[in-house]
Parts: sequence; structure tokens; C-alpha cells
Amino acid sequence: MRLSVEQVTKHFDTSDGAVRVLDGISLEVAAGEVVALTGESGSGKSTLLHVIAGLEPAQSGRVTLDNVEVLGLSDTESARLRRNDIGIVFQQFNLIPSLTVGQNITFQARLSEQAPDPARLEALTDALGLGAQTTKYPEQLSGGQQQRVAIARAILHAPKLILADEPTGNLDEETGDAVYAALLDQARASGASLLIATHSIRLAERADRRLHLSHGKVA
Amino acid sequence: MTRTALMALLSHWRRKPFQMVTLILGLALATALWTGVQAINAEARKNYSEAADILGGGGLSELVQETGAPIAQDTFIALRKGGWLVSPVIDGWLPASGGRVRLLGVDPYTAPPGASGVRDAVAAVAIPDFVGGNGVILANADTSARLGNVGRPVTVVEGIAPGLAIADLETAQDLLDADGFTRLTVAASQPLRQTPLADIAPDLRLETPETADDLGRLTDSFHLNLTAFGLLSFAVGLFIVNGAVGLAFEQRRPVFRTLRALGVPARSLVVLLTVELLVFALIAGAIGILLGYAIAALLLPDVAATLSGIYGATIGGTLTLSPAWWLSGLGIAIAGTALAAVTGLVRVARMSPLAPAKPRAWAMASNTTMRWQLILAGLCLAIATLALTIGDGLVAGFTLLAALLIAAALVLPPTLGAIITLATRGTKSALSEWFWADTRQQLPGLSLALMALLLALSANIGVGTMVESFRLTFIAWTDQRLVSDLYVSAEDERDIDALVAFLEPRSDSVLPIWHVGRDVFDAPAEIYGVVDHPIYAGNWPLLATAPDAWSRLANGEGALINEQMARREDLSPGDPITLDGWETVILGVYSDYGNPIGQVVIAIDQLTQRFENIDRLDFGVITKDTAAVRSALVEDFGLPENNMIDQTALKAFSIAIFERTFAVAGALNVLTLGVAGLAILTSLLTLAEMRLPQLAPIWAIGLTRKKLGQIELLRALLLAALTFLLAIPVGLGLAWVLLAVINVEAFGWRIPMTLFPKDWITLGALSLLAAALASLWPAWKMARRSPSDLVRVFTHER
Repeated sequence: MRLSVEQVTKHFDTSDGAVRVLDGISLEVAAGEVVALTGESGSGKSTLLHVIAGLEPAQSGRVTLDNVEVLGLSDTESARLRRNDIGIVFQQFNLIPSLTVGQNITFQARLSEQAPDPARLEALTDALGLGAQTTKYPEQLSGGQQQRVAIARAILHAPKLILADEPTGNLDEETGDAVYAALLDQARASGASLLIATHSIRLAERADRRLHLSHGKVA
Repeated sequence: MTRTALMALLSHWRRKPFQMVTLILGLALATALWTGVQAINAEARKNYSEAADILGGGGLSELVQETGAPIAQDTFIALRKGGWLVSPVIDGWLPASGGRVRLLGVDPYTAPPGASGVRDAVAAVAIPDFVGGNGVILANADTSARLGNVGRPVTVVEGIAPGLAIADLETAQDLLDADGFTRLTVAASQPLRQTPLADIAPDLRLETPETADDLGRLTDSFHLNLTAFGLLSFAVGLFIVNGAVGLAFEQRRPVFRTLRALGVPARSLVVLLTVELLVFALIAGAIGILLGYAIAALLLPDVAATLSGIYGATIGGTLTLSPAWWLSGLGIAIAGTALAAVTGLVRVARMSPLAPAKPRAWAMASNTTMRWQLILAGLCLAIATLALTIGDGLVAGFTLLAALLIAAALVLPPTLGAIITLATRGTKSALSEWFWADTRQQLPGLSLALMALLLALSANIGVGTMVESFRLTFIAWTDQRLVSDLYVSAEDERDIDALVAFLEPRSDSVLPIWHVGRDVFDAPAEIYGVVDHPIYAGNWPLLATAPDAWSRLANGEGALINEQMARREDLSPGDPITLDGWETVILGVYSDYGNPIGQVVIAIDQLTQRFENIDRLDFGVITKDTAAVRSALVEDFGLPENNMIDQTALKAFSIAIFERTFAVAGALNVLTLGVAGLAILTSLLTLAEMRLPQLAPIWAIGLTRKKLGQIELLRALLLAALTFLLAIPVGLGLAWVLLAVINVEAFGWRIPMTLFPKDWITLGALSLLAAALASLWPAWKMARRSPSDLVRVFTHER
């Protein structure tokens, strides 16, 4: 899936006036490309990912996914787009605590009315080291394991675009490295485009391309 | 330090004003329902006491004529000369707007010290204004207004019982057109040397009058029922308070931890929280008392009508706000808050400064909690079994009731959990899988509100079943029991023969309803005589009977007794009974709803031969043309309209009393259900805030906010529906306890239980409506929640 962001502007109104988070930002991600977004805290990385996913509106500009205009979609249409074509990995895992690991992994796939391929599921859980964990609940897993579950959930339904927001931010360096590697491997194996926000230059250098954000613009 | 710590604690309420409103509202409602009922009870009891003071001479004995005829003035003078300290009283009725007013003629000079009510009332005016034929009438403002222009000036004296007026003897004689006195009040302290009563006035009998205790005993069961309802409503209100306090404590755990880490001792923290709760309790208590006053004022007319209809007890229709009432209301508010907050405070006291800052999973399912709930429920059921098998009396009955309800409430969350687990097994889609799993996870957070709903619904089903069973039985019973088409009272004993002679050719049968009051088994009872007429055997329902009971009764071989007497004395057909020295046997037991005392039916010949001073004024007439007999009685015989009532009117009157009796129960039922609905609303609203981190990922993955809102609504409806289904057996259990245990203990009669599934459907629809209304706002809020709120879940801002 080809992602195109053109002149997107986003600002928040605060008591001290409007704070411009995205200041006419433009970027492109080719199909199957892995792009890392780096930048200081508050540079607009997370907001950009949210706007691309249709989670937040922008004040101006265009976001297109394979020529589908994201910013103009209704609530229902953008929900459908996320459900079927996008996978999201959050920094804080955001698993569903009431479902088992296995149910969490297959959740989005089944929500988009796909019957998960058992072989693919097995391969994915094995690749992420989750084979023995599927009957457990998220609270019984370590942070690294939980993030692997989130990655599996974001990938199983074969999305065309994966958005990852600081996926290793809550993990120690060793675990973060392993999770990052797993995410890259799985994204590349599935052929999905991956836009990943990270603080770590070291991790960002493992992507196909790195974009640095500063004050709401690509520096 | 204290001030800084307190400011930090209180800042929570600035950020969560709705939670504060919930807490105060829950506590205020709980207090209101409790104090409202207490106010009604207190007002009624105060009125009994005032009425008994005046009517019964403050518990003094009285002299009355054996025949019920007036006592001559000469007899009074002879008694005074014989050393008897007696005071004459004239007792009668004056017509007044809205019915009639009881007029007591008293003698202010001889009224004994014990008759405090009379003395206090008369002391309010100057004696010269009171005595003599043109003296004033004393009454409270309400009664005074009802009397209107009565031909004498009426002076308002507050403190006189409602529906009662007091006048001098001469004024009363004049207004009532009476000769002689109705009774003579006997002073408590009498001279040692007195001429024996039999020598002066052999036709007079010394009687202990009706006292506040008698009236209190009769009405105790009614007040106990009201108290039980008040307690139930209070408990339902406390569920709200418990939920709000628990949530406020959980949400402030990071603050508590920080305060502890910064050097605030655990004890100081607990003291500060206690002070904070005390302030809330006082504010909510004050609001609750005012609300309770409004509830009591709203319900008091129905209660007054009930007590007047069933027991003949008159209570006023207005309330007074006494300091004791304020204090007890505030006390119950503080006690309720303490009860609801004790677990939270203990947890804070034990909390380590290094406890996790993240709020504990307040809404997480806890198998340990559910296990404890099941153990406690088992304990309650054991107590219920003991109360049923070993216990005795009303207290045991209410213990059984309370234990059953608490057990049912405790069992609810584990039962719902089990049902949800079963439902999860049958699901296929991801959404339904998440729905059930999420519902199960929310269960502990909602369980208090659902327990409150279960209690309210069970009470509705239980009390509804009791009332409807009672109504059905009562109407069938009046249809059978009221065998005559017209009920007629002669004006005077001298008219009796003429009245019977007039009626006999104009009707199918004339049935005497003659009776006499006597003590049977050392308790007051009525003994009725019946003629040998097939209509009795065909219409009187007998609960237990000896062979050929009716024919043996007609032959004077025994007596029938009412259910109240049979249950109180543990009697059954074949057992002996002694009626004023006549030893005979019990032939049967009949239902006698609405009568607080024992009753016996014997053959009329036995009544007239064995008893004196029989009231012979009343007759039942069987006729096909009631209107014609009625009009002939008025126009040809000259009997006043007021001396007759036809069967239809009598039934309507009885059923109207019945309806008023249970109007209070109905009103409290509705209020309790309303409070339960509020409990659901507050729980859902507070949970809605906490659930954001759980719902945001589902939204991000691809479910619309609208869909999430719809699911929230569906979940509330489903839980309410399941709770309602579980409330049906609990409610029926409650109805059984009310009908088979409490009613028998309180009133002495047992009513067969009838099921009314149509009423359940209505109630089920109402509970769904309450749940829908309660969840509509949180669901709407979810559907309209701004994406930035949800997105914040994924950022560092949380």
C-alpha cells in the first residue's frame, strides 16, 4: 500500500493559544517500504500516525492510502479501513485484558471477518515466541511478550500498512531490540508498508529509510 | 502538613464533581427513605399516645353500664358520696366535613390527674369560658376547620389528637342530645374506705380501657412492615454510597501513595479521609432528612387511611420536624457512610508507601471475592434455615427475610459469572467473544448496582405477589362472606322487633348479626350468633372442619373460630373451647381477613341463652330487590339511609380500605426501584471513565464509537434482564416468607400464594427500561466521545 501525506496541518487549541503539532508535513511511503520516524518528544510523531490511521482529524492537507482519501472518511468508513487494511502497534501494548493471548492475536482478523489461517497463525506465534502462551491472559505475560502479542494482532489479518508508535518505548534495550527485529521481520515477510515512530536512532537505522520530525515538519 | 494533605485529597472532588454528586445523592436517598419511614412511624405512635391519653383517660380504669346504656347523673352522685373518685365523660360523634368528629364531654373539676390529655387541653383556656352550656369546644386547627359552624365557638388547641374535640359536659350533652354519661373515669388513687360498687351501682362494670399499648400492639406489625421496607431502601441506597466511596478511594490511590511517601503518616491520612467523609455524611444527611420529610408527608395520608381503616387508629395528616428526628437522620447517614467506607479506610491504613501507583484493577474479576461471596451466602442461608426451623415470632420472620435477601444478593455475581462463562462457550465471532469476556470483566464493578437491582426487583415481585394473592383471596372471601344483599342497623333496641316484622315479608331471609364482646383464651374476642340457614354452609369458607360442622353448629353442639384465634392458640377442630363458662368444642376454622382480634361463631340460640348485653341491632337481609327494600325502609319504616349499606357498597368500601393499605407498600416499591436504577446509572457512569483504556484499542482496531455505545447499552440491558430472571425465584421466596411466615405472625392469617406472571412481564419491562435509561447516557457519551479523548489513551499523557 502506498501512503501519501501532503501538507497536513494539525493544531491543538490550548489556554495559551493554538499549538501547531503538524505544520504542513508531507511524506511518502512506498508499498512494502519500512520507514522510521524519529524526533524529540512533542515533535508530532504520534499525532502523525493517529492522523494517518484516521484516529484524529487534521485541519488541512491530504492523506491517501492507495488513492483512498483518509481525512474525508466518515467514522464508519475510517473504522472499516483500520479494521481491514491497517495494523496498529501501540507503545503501551493495549491488549484486551479480558481475552486470552490467542483470542487477542486473532481478534482483529476475526473482526474484519477473516478466518485466520491456522498454519499462518501457528507460524506467526512460533516466530514471535508465543506458541506456549496462547491460553494465558495478557496480565500473565511480560512486557516484551505483550508487545509481541500486539505485533501478532497487528499483522495476522495481513494489513497493507502497519503503524507502530514507539513499540519498544516501554521495554528494556535487549527486549526492545528483539521486539523491533520481530516487527521488522514480520512486516517484511507480509509485504506490508511499515511506518514506525521511535526515539532510538540505532533502531531507526535498521529501517529502509529514516525521516526526522522537528516542530511538526520533516527536517 | 494537615492542611496541605487535605487540599491534595479534596482536589480530587474538584476534578470529579459528578462522583461527589453521586456520593451525596446515594447517601441522601438512603437517609431519606429510612428517615421518611421512621418519621411516619414516630408520628403515628405519637398520635396513638395522645389519643389514648384523652380517650382512655391515660390508662385509667372506667365504669360503664353492663347494657351499654348511659349512666344516670344520680348514679354518679351516689358514687362520689360513696367515696369513689370518678369523673363523668360523654362520648359521641358530631357531623363534620369529610365525615365526623369525636366529641368528648368532660368535667374539668373532677378529671383525675392521670387524665393528662384532658387536663392539658382544658388548661389552654380559662375555666369560665369552658364550662356551662355555652362553653367553647377545644380542637386542633384541622379538626376545628372540619367542624365549621357547630353552634359553639371553637378554640384551637394544638396537641389534641386529630379528629377529636373536647367540651364541657353540659355543652356535649346539648350538642349530642344525650342524657346521662357514657362512662366514668376512675382516678388511679382511690380512698381506702369506699362503699362497694355492687352496693351503689350493681349495673356498672369496671373496665380497663383501650390504651396506647393496645393500639400499639395492634399496629406494631404494620409499622414493622414499614420499617422493613425503610431498611431495604436504606440498604439499596448504601450500595450506591459503597460504590462511590470505593471508587473515590481507588482513584486516589496514587495520591495516597504520594502523600505517604512524602511523610504523611497512615493514621493522619485515615483521619483526614474520615473527616472528609463525615462532612459528606452531614451534608447528605441534611439533604436526606428534608427529602425524607417530603416522602413522609407524601405517604402519611395513605398510612393514616390504612391505620384508620384497619385499626380505627386516628393519626394526623401533618408532620412535625423534631430535633430528635434531625439527629437520628444525621446519625443514620453517618452510620451508613461508615459502613460503606470501612473497607476502604482499612485498606488505606494498611497501604504501603511503595504500593503500586496505578489504580488497582477495581473492575477486574476476582475469583477470591466471588468465593467469599458464596461462603457468606451459605452462611446467610444457614441463618435463614435456623430462623425458619427454630425461630419464633416476627423477629425470626424478618431475620429469615433478611438472610434470604442477603444470600440472594451475594450469590448474584457468581451466578451471573457462571451464566456468562456458559454463554462465552457458544460464541463464534470475535465481537461476541469480546462482548462476553468484557461483560465478565465488568461484573465486579457493576455487581453492587446489580445487587441493588436484584433486591429492588425481588421486593417488587415478593410484595406484589403478596398483595395480589391477598387481593385475590380477599375479594373472593368478601364475595363469599358477604352473604346478605343488604346490611341494616336498627336505631334502637326497641325498634328491633318492628324492623324484623317489617323486613320479613319484603325479603327472602332476615339474618341477625348479633354479637357480644367477651374474653376468650384471655384475650378480647367477638362472639357472633348465626341462624340455621343454608347460605352460611354454602358461602363461608372453612379452612379446617369437623364432620357435619354446620348442622352441629345449628344444633348448638359447638363453635367455629377464626383463623387468627386458631393460630394464636394452636387450635383445630375437635379441641375444647370455653365461652363464658360454657364448655363446648371447636367445629371448624374460618378465614377472617382484616380482623385484628379473635372471633367465635355459635348458634344464635346459644348466644341469646348464654350471654347478656348482646348487640342485637344489626341484620343481614337476603333479597332479590335491594333497591326496593332499601327505599321501603327509608320511606315506610323511617330508617335513616346511614343505617343501611348494600353488599356492593360494602365490598367497594372493604376493597378501598385494602387498596389504601397497600398504597404505601406500592409507593416504597417504586422508590426502591428508582434508587436501584440510580445505582446502575452511577456505576455505569463511573465505570465508563475507567473503561476508556479498555475501549480505546477496540475503537482503534476498527469499531466505531457508535457501535461501542450500542454494545454498552446492550450489555446493561442483558445484565438487567439476567438479574430480573434471577429476581423471580428470589421474589417468590420472599412472597412465601411474607405470606406463610410474616403475615401469620403479624396478623394471624395465612393466604394461599398465587402467581401472577403477567405482572412479572410488566416488571421485567420496567427493569429493562430502568437499565436502558441508566445506560443511555453513558452509551451516548461513549458514542459522542471525542477521538482525542480516546487517542490520549495511547499517548504518554495518561
